[in-house]
Amino acid sequence: MKGWMGKIRALCLLGLTALVLSACGKENLTALDPKGYGAEQSFNLIVLTTIVMAFVLATVLIVYTIVLIRYRKKKGQENYIPKQVEGNKTLETVWTVIPIILLLIIAVPTVTATFDLADNSAASDNLNVQVTGNQYWWHFNYEGQEIQTSQDLYIPVGEKVYLNMKSSDVIHSFWVPTISGKMDVNPENENTMYIQAQEEGVYWGKCAEFCGPSHSLMDFKVIAVSQEEFDQWVQDMQNVNPDEEPGSTVAQEGQALFQEKNCMGCHAIGSSPAQTGPNLTNFGDRSKLAGVEELNKENLKQWIMDPESIKPGNKMTGNYPDVSEDEAGKIAEYLMQLQPSDITPESAGKE
Amino acid sequence: MSHDHSLNPETMPNEPEKATLEGKNKFIGFWFFLGGETVLFASLFGTYIALNNSTAGGPTANELFGLELVFIMTILLLTSSLTSVYAMYHMKNNDFKKMQLWLGITAILGISFLACEIYEFTHYITGYGFTFRSSAFGSAFYTLVGFHGGHVTFGLAWLIGLMIRNAKRGLNLYNAPKYYVFSLYWHFIDVIWVFIFTVVYLMGKVG
Amino acid sequence: MSTVAAQKRGFGAVLWDYLTTVDHKKIAHLYLFGGGFFFLLGGLEAMAIRIQLIQPENDFVSAGFYNELLTMHGTTMIFLAAMPLLLGLMNAVMPLQIGARDVAFPFLNSLGFWLFMFGGLLLNCSWFLGGAPDAGWTGYVPLSITSPGHGVDFYVIGLQIAGAGTLIGGINFLATIVTMRAPGMTYMRMPLFTWTTFITSTLILFAFPALTVGLFLLMFDRMFGSAFFDVGLGGNAIIWQHLFWIFGHPEVYILILPAFGIFSEVIATFSKKRLFGYTAMVFATMLIAFLGFMVWAHHMFTVGLGPVANSIFAIATMAIAVPTGIKIFNWLATMWGGQITINSSMLWALGFIPTFTIGGMTGVMVASVVADYQYHDTYFVVAHFHYVIVGGTVFGILAGLHYWWPKMFGRILNEAMGKLTFWTFFIGFHLTFFIQHFLGLMGMPRRYWVYLENQGLDLGNQISTVGAFFMAFGVIVFLINVVYTAVKGEKAADDPWDGRTLEWVAASPPAHYNFKQTPLIRGLDALWIEKTEGKGRPTPAEPLGDIHMPNSSFLPFMMSLGLFIAGFGFIYQTNHNWAYILLFGGMAIMLGCMMIRSLKDDHGYHIPKDELESEAD
Repeated sequence: MKGWMGKIRALCLLGLTALVLSACGKENLTALDPKGYGAEQSFNLIVLTTIVMAFVLATVLIVYTIVLIRYRKKKGQENYIPKQVEGNKTLETVWTVIPIILLLIIAVPTVTATFDLADNSAASDNLNVQVTGNQYWWHFNYEGQEIQTSQDLYIPVGEKVYLNMKSSDVIHSFWVPTISGKMDVNPENENTMYIQAQEEGVYWGKCAEFCGPSHSLMDFKVIAVSQEEFDQWVQDMQNVNPDEEPGSTVAQEGQALFQEKNCMGCHAIGSSPAQTGPNLTNFGDRSKLAGVEELNKENLKQWIMDPESIKPGNKMTGNYPDVSEDEAGKIAEYLMQLQPSDITPESAGKE
Repeated sequence: MSHDHSLNPETMPNEPEKATLEGKNKFIGFWFFLGGETVLFASLFGTYIALNNSTAGGPTANELFGLELVFIMTILLLTSSLTSVYAMYHMKNNDFKKMQLWLGITAILGISFLACEIYEFTHYITGYGFTFRSSAFGSAFYTLVGFHGGHVTFGLAWLIGLMIRNAKRGLNLYNAPKYYVFSLYWHFIDVIWVFIFTVVYLMGKVG
Repeated sequence: MSTVAAQKRGFGAVLWDYLTTVDHKKIAHLYLFGGGFFFLLGGLEAMAIRIQLIQPENDFVSAGFYNELLTMHGTTMIFLAAMPLLLGLMNAVMPLQIGARDVAFPFLNSLGFWLFMFGGLLLNCSWFLGGAPDAGWTGYVPLSITSPGHGVDFYVIGLQIAGAGTLIGGINFLATIVTMRAPGMTYMRMPLFTWTTFITSTLILFAFPALTVGLFLLMFDRMFGSAFFDVGLGGNAIIWQHLFWIFGHPEVYILILPAFGIFSEVIATFSKKRLFGYTAMVFATMLIAFLGFMVWAHHMFTVGLGPVANSIFAIATMAIAVPTGIKIFNWLATMWGGQITINSSMLWALGFIPTFTIGGMTGVMVASVVADYQYHDTYFVVAHFHYVIVGGTVFGILAGLHYWWPKMFGRILNEAMGKLTFWTFFIGFHLTFFIQHFLGLMGMPRRYWVYLENQGLDLGNQISTVGAFFMAFGVIVFLINVVYTAVKGEKAADDPWDGRTLEWVAASPPAHYNFKQTPLIRGLDALWIEKTEGKGRPTPAEPLGDIHMPNSSFLPFMMSLGLFIAGFGFIYQTNHNWAYILLFGGMAIMLGCMMIRSLKDDHGYHIPKDELESEAD
């Protein structure tokens, strides 16, 4: 029996290794292919601890296999009574001391990395963004830049960006696996962490602290672009005129409806700090609708008429007047053309 | 009953509370229970210390507390602990009447303490509008001190119940552990009060 | 004698017997039944969760319902399944192992069970009364404060009642082990399962009050308008996390240490060898328990406690790996040079060693703070704690059930079905959870109702769901085995496994007074010593005489029922005035029964010597 038990285990391990090698997950979501400073620190520790622990596991499994092969009850020896051993001081010392050494090997780099990532002394020399977690969307306020945006966080590649995070309701957790580990977003105190992307790209972010029915739909993006592109984006965002009239008549009607239906009560366009609902300044450039759906007019119409069908438990449902399908289409038309910048998720080279 | 004899021996043993297996179990089990109670109050103290400045604009500890009353309360409760020691002393000498007498004094002191506490709470609520719902500090204060007050109340009910139940039949090996365990409980809530006096009132006045 | 008599009695009489019993062996049956029932319920919830996750953006259940499922799965499995099943085994075996006739507080033992049962029922009533709790088994504030409806109220009150029951059970075991050991049973001669029961009870005693306080604060905030967690009034949400984990981390050792005890018994028996390094095993258990109280904040690495706190808690956590490693190697050394019999009980122990080693290994990995920034709240952590809780606790419970079934019920579980259960469950378990380590690192946070398409998470989740069905199959086979054994199972001898400890001296199942004469203990593995160096049975430590036994009582059931009714009163008084009738009525029943208990003398009864003499040995 132990024979095929061993074989099954070997097969499982082999299969899984193959699976892991072929796919570490999606390149802009996985923590196994880090493209940011924090994620790299984490990854190094993951590798180190896995190796050390695999050594321990291997030792255990070798002894285990020998025991199972050599010491099973054999035919003809049913009445054999083994020697009743009390213990062995040397052996017991060995398997106490070696693990301590192994743990020290892990502990030292762990502590070093912990202090390294908690070092916020350079915060004042770098870009600071106030991050607000809301059920179920993210708001980003570029400190001192007159830029407010939601869901898509643009950052310059290679630069440390300090995130000062606080929640407006329940606890959330900010996690972009490919560039950084997570940190909780609490309602009563501000937590600061920095992220630093090492390659351009659109990185998928997720809420990692259970926050209600749409916890699994609270996705956001971190879009790392080159410094020049970032400067361009900042300029474009600062130059937005929130009252600018759109080109097409449908969109103009949509803009009128946007005001008439009092969407402005919650959603700001431009750098107004109001943030009851997501800021829509560059809505047309968003990588996703509501963080999870493809951004197109059909989906947007559905959202405007029945947000509950996309994000259960969201705070928009029931808090705005009825919108007909025709009206929703017009508002959608207006929102889709809010594209203040040439710097979009595509600028990051990848999607 | 056949075993009444074993519970009412001619001469009481030295430690009547631990003379039977049931008594010993009660004694040991109750010490363990007090260990759990310690964690309970430690958690409440921790919560209070974390929130004692979270007054949300309402009255602060320094504005509220008057040490005179609290000092009287402390004296009352400490004395009641002492009187319960006298009671246990008489229990060991098998002098039931004196034990009941000293326990009666303990009960009166306990009731006085409770009366002071009720007065204190009423004073805060009517005089300062400081309630359980005013602020996180209010919640933490009333919860910590209230849990202690609840323990005192329960202890008094327990004590009076014991005294009445056994008034006519005197001391035996069945009820001796019950009295003894009560006295342990009473000392415990006394110790808790010393901590409340220090952490809540003194530190509230000084800090 | 008792089994024959029991078969002749009517159903009503048996039911009344169980409702009023204070016999630790019958209370063990109740715990196993109650815990088993909730285990199946938690398992159904788990299956619904896995079916929902079989494909991306699935809509098998709604988002709100999914959150109720995941909350109730965790809460049920930990508080209402794993712990009661362990308490059941402790009740069944521990008094026998120390040569006692009953526990220190038989009445409280019964009260502990009924509190747990009514607490669990109250919690599960929420399904039919507007929705179950949906804030996770951890109930983090402010989510649990803002959760609408009464779901979380049921969580608060249900756990408060069940938790009180567990605390009472813990105190009872502690006192039992301190005062009721047979003559000669010194502490360092106690079987390891008794030791782990003792240490686990200590953990229960010192950990549960923190949960009690946490639940009170949550209850006051939700029901009486206090402001502990209301940020607007100066409240602080992190306090809940501290209180919860000061309880919650020792809680995982409450779950695993008894399992360690079970494996120590099973491995020693079926290797025909004395447990290697007994003293080291005892002290390792103590050390794990002690360190268990020092590491709660490793559940909070991402909360923002700062690098100093994080580093200290990381190192304390890693330190726990040392005593755990000592245990693993001691088990291996026990088997080394032994004469190993592989049956269904031993299979669970053998399956445990590699499984738990993987769980311990990932445990050290998550202790590494910066790596944990990635693991935290993802499927990696889900995989980790299922490896330790299923691979440790559930495997342990199953090993213990197969091992002690003959002692508890007088029949041996069917071996073929036992093996089938093991293999399907074991393979299913690894299929379900091994892949989840990778899912977590590939970007799947835990408690996700759906995962999106094209995020590379489809295959892993599919494999995981398939594995879950294997586990379900294994559990069903076990249930069939239980029924089959009850009807047609092989009758067990008193000592079917050639055991080493005292429980195998008593009859299978034991008489209600356990031992006619208290045995004299001459060393560790008391029975083994008598088998190899003595007369095959321990020498009696006392002449045959009257045996003092406690009276049965219906009061524990009524007290718990009173609290159950009052619980509904507390929950509904926030928006219905009629609820005060329930509240005060329930409390009146509870306090009334307490008064009866205090004021009415209960001296127990004696089994006369001549009756004992007339009974067969």
